[in-house]
Amino acid sequence: MNKPDPLRTAQEQGRIRDLVERGLRRRYRAERRFRAYGLAAAVSGLLFVGFLFLSIISTGYTAFVQSYIQIDIRFDAELIDPEGKQVEEILRMGDYSGVFKAALREKFPQVEGRRELRQLYGLISDGSAFDLRDMVLDDPRLIGQTRELWLMASDDIDQLVKGKIDRKLPEDQRVVSDLQLGWLDALTAEDRVERRFNRVFFTAGDSREPEQAGVLGAVVGSFLTLAVTLLLSFPIGVAAAIYLEEFAPANRFTDMIEVNINNLAAVPSIVFGLLGLAVFIKFFGVPRSAPLVGGLVLTLMTLPTIIIASRAAIKAVPPSIREAALGMGASQVQVVAHHVLPLAMPGMLTGAIIGMARALGESAPLLMIGMVAFIADIPGSLTDPATVLPVQVFLWADSPERAFLERTSGAIMVLLVFLLVMNAAAVILRQKFERRW
Amino acid sequence: MQTSTLILALLVLTAIAYQLGRARSLRVAGGPRGARKLHSLPAYYGLLTAIWCSLPALVVVLGWQALEDRIIAGQVVQSMGGGVQELAPGELSLVLNDVRNVVAGNVKPDAVAPEIATAALRWQRLDGLSRTSAAVLALCVALAGGWITLSRIKPTMRARNRVEQIVRVALMGCSLIAILTTIGIVLSVLYESLQFFRFVPVTEFIFGTQWSPQLAIRADQVGSSGAFGAVPLFAGTLLISFIAMAIAVPVGLFSAIYLAEYASRGFRAVTKPMLEVLAGIPTVVYGFFAALTVAPLLRGVGERLGLEVASESALAAGLVMGIMIIPFVSSLADDMITAVPQSMRDGSYGLGATRSETIRKVVLPAALPGIVGGVLLAVSRAIGETMIVVMAAGLSANLTANPLEAVTTVTVQIVTLLVGDQEFDSPKTLAAFALGLVLFLVTLLLNVIALKVVRRYREQYE
Repeated sequence: MNKPDPLRTAQEQGRIRDLVERGLRRRYRAERRFRAYGLAAAVSGLLFVGFLFLSIISTGYTAFVQSYIQIDIRFDAELIDPEGKQVEEILRMGDYSGVFKAALREKFPQVEGRRELRQLYGLISDGSAFDLRDMVLDDPRLIGQTRELWLMASDDIDQLVKGKIDRKLPEDQRVVSDLQLGWLDALTAEDRVERRFNRVFFTAGDSREPEQAGVLGAVVGSFLTLAVTLLLSFPIGVAAAIYLEEFAPANRFTDMIEVNINNLAAVPSIVFGLLGLAVFIKFFGVPRSAPLVGGLVLTLMTLPTIIIASRAAIKAVPPSIREAALGMGASQVQVVAHHVLPLAMPGMLTGAIIGMARALGESAPLLMIGMVAFIADIPGSLTDPATVLPVQVFLWADSPERAFLERTSGAIMVLLVFLLVMNAAAVILRQKFERRW
Repeated sequence: MQTSTLILALLVLTAIAYQLGRARSLRVAGGPRGARKLHSLPAYYGLLTAIWCSLPALVVVLGWQALEDRIIAGQVVQSMGGGVQELAPGELSLVLNDVRNVVAGNVKPDAVAPEIATAALRWQRLDGLSRTSAAVLALCVALAGGWITLSRIKPTMRARNRVEQIVRVALMGCSLIAILTTIGIVLSVLYESLQFFRFVPVTEFIFGTQWSPQLAIRADQVGSSGAFGAVPLFAGTLLISFIAMAIAVPVGLFSAIYLAEYASRGFRAVTKPMLEVLAGIPTVVYGFFAALTVAPLLRGVGERLGLEVASESALAAGLVMGIMIIPFVSSLADDMITAVPQSMRDGSYGLGATRSETIRKVVLPAALPGIVGGVLLAVSRAIGETMIVVMAAGLSANLTANPLEAVTTVTVQIVTLLVGDQEFDSPKTLAAFALGLVLFLVTLLLNVIALKVVRRYREQYE
């Protein structure tokens, strides 16, 4: 047997240590690299969130203000009520756009010719006629008087005031003409242009004119639709969950129900829209575009979510409670109704809120059942035609007018605030009432 | 009587029935002190009476509601005579619409043909008659149900067991809705698809490479003259889904690894909910983001690089869809990684492996089935996603693999074919259902496989 040469061994050992150390360095480098990839992935996820919100908010915050122009309005009896009868029907028919047009002509008497006049009238929103009419209907004594009034600027002028239209572009590339620019500057110099909180945005229904369009109709539509969804899906979902957790025998049929629920949770939402179209509208004759049919479709869509959450909540109730109640002579239904259900209720409600939040953001199936129609009225009942917030976002995003861009972002912000509130409620509910056993 | 007042009346009756049943049970037992002689608590006798009072009556009301319109329409059509019955279904529905408009008061009776006006009058009369008879019938059923139950109350009656039996059946009925929904989806989509395949052969639909459903409508001909080859749609869907997964899988997987294995508690507590925010944002918001921020951005970058980027490029839609799916992948992968037992990691560390080596050689292979299942679920999500592609992808069916060009997808076509008022029986509308069938089957297949894989994997370590 050869004894190893101590010198050589030392040499060899050094070589090996070198090798190992080099290997270690390499491995540590790989470790750091791997770690950096992970960090980069997580951070890029965060950046996406940040970028998304930044882009929405930066385009959308201006939707909450609206430009107004102050002019001297003379409520000319000739235009409003030529015969001086002061009856409501006649006052309602008056030529109120003539009133503000006359005021504009008075303000800029040098403007002549149809084309120039049309540009001049374009400063003020057509909707101002309705505002003036409402003022006169409120107080008919205004007729014949002159008032300094703030009227809503038209959407293009509004965009210009907000700096969303580049004044330096050549005239043929921007929607606001040089003449209009001049008039606006003159008005600004007299302090007659002002930006105010955009109340219309929160109190009006949809409109073809951006400055008169608001989200209220969509918010009410969403509310009605969600009410139907909640009223149907929560009781049904909870009942189904109770059956599956507490009563269902362990057989193939129960298995089938379970597999079905899990699959339905992953079926694309648009398929539910097809179902709604074929079954609810075509077969049962439920009116199209109505919150009722929207709520029915969303019910089927959110049921799996609620069932799954409710089952988890029921599972979390410890068996000892059931056994104690059974031991006291309660029947199985009494055990569930008196003990399991109250204890599981916070978890079920959390699940329901999360399901509702998903239903609130859903739009694809509602496109199928006609909730994309242009609806200016605010829906008053479950069978009125209506639209919902996300579909309103979709409709506005498709509109060519520049001013709808910021309103789309504004509507998105409203939608996100609702979602935030619902999710916060779910989190609070969970933290406040969830019991750890 | 309005349906709402009818239901209100039924509710009042039910409340009365409850009180009566309760009171009667005590009376047959001989006063409050005799309650011990009863089989069940007095409240159960009340409940039983209330249930038998309201349930059959409600069934009558709802059934009547569902069928009323059809029956009346049938009666009216029969009374109109004069060849109306021989009209094609489409024309018949037009005639009926006219009648309905008059009934609803949208159109004045003197503005339409006299036959329509008489039909409308008849409709109104039948409607009034049907409402009254429905109300009378429902109330009679309610009273009869309540009265029969009341008369049967005896101390030996097992009221609690009966109530509980009904409750159980009701609970089971609710859980059956899930199955009914699936059956409803399959039947409705299948039925319309079969009609579609009468116009267009299945093979042409699945293997054809030309998609232009508009042609058939414009020429006002049957569907076979339009082009219904869905291959470009499938290709476009796959292209966009592929781009989305190319973003979502690496980012989601790596961030899950980082958050599960490396991140400090504080970082994890902040980052995880922030990423989950992405999952809660409505898809229409992503669509807006894709169409108005990302697509112009990509176009600008492409121009600078000298590339031609379509304004509705597959890349923009895919990119944003990928962002949407990140939290989906990351939270599922996170679950799977944390489910790997610590002892496996410890064994690897004990052999001198570094953390990344442990993750790559031990944790990931162990978690792989679960992760694959999660990715499959994410793919089915991407395929079925609608709003992003409707807003950011194109409408023209290009058969291309170039992500810078515009492509269209199955979901986009479903939406464009069905939005707006359509005739139910035109091949164009039916094509949407055929596409829906394909979509449903493909996602179903993916889901079944994925759920099976995930479930089996979970059981392995539990």
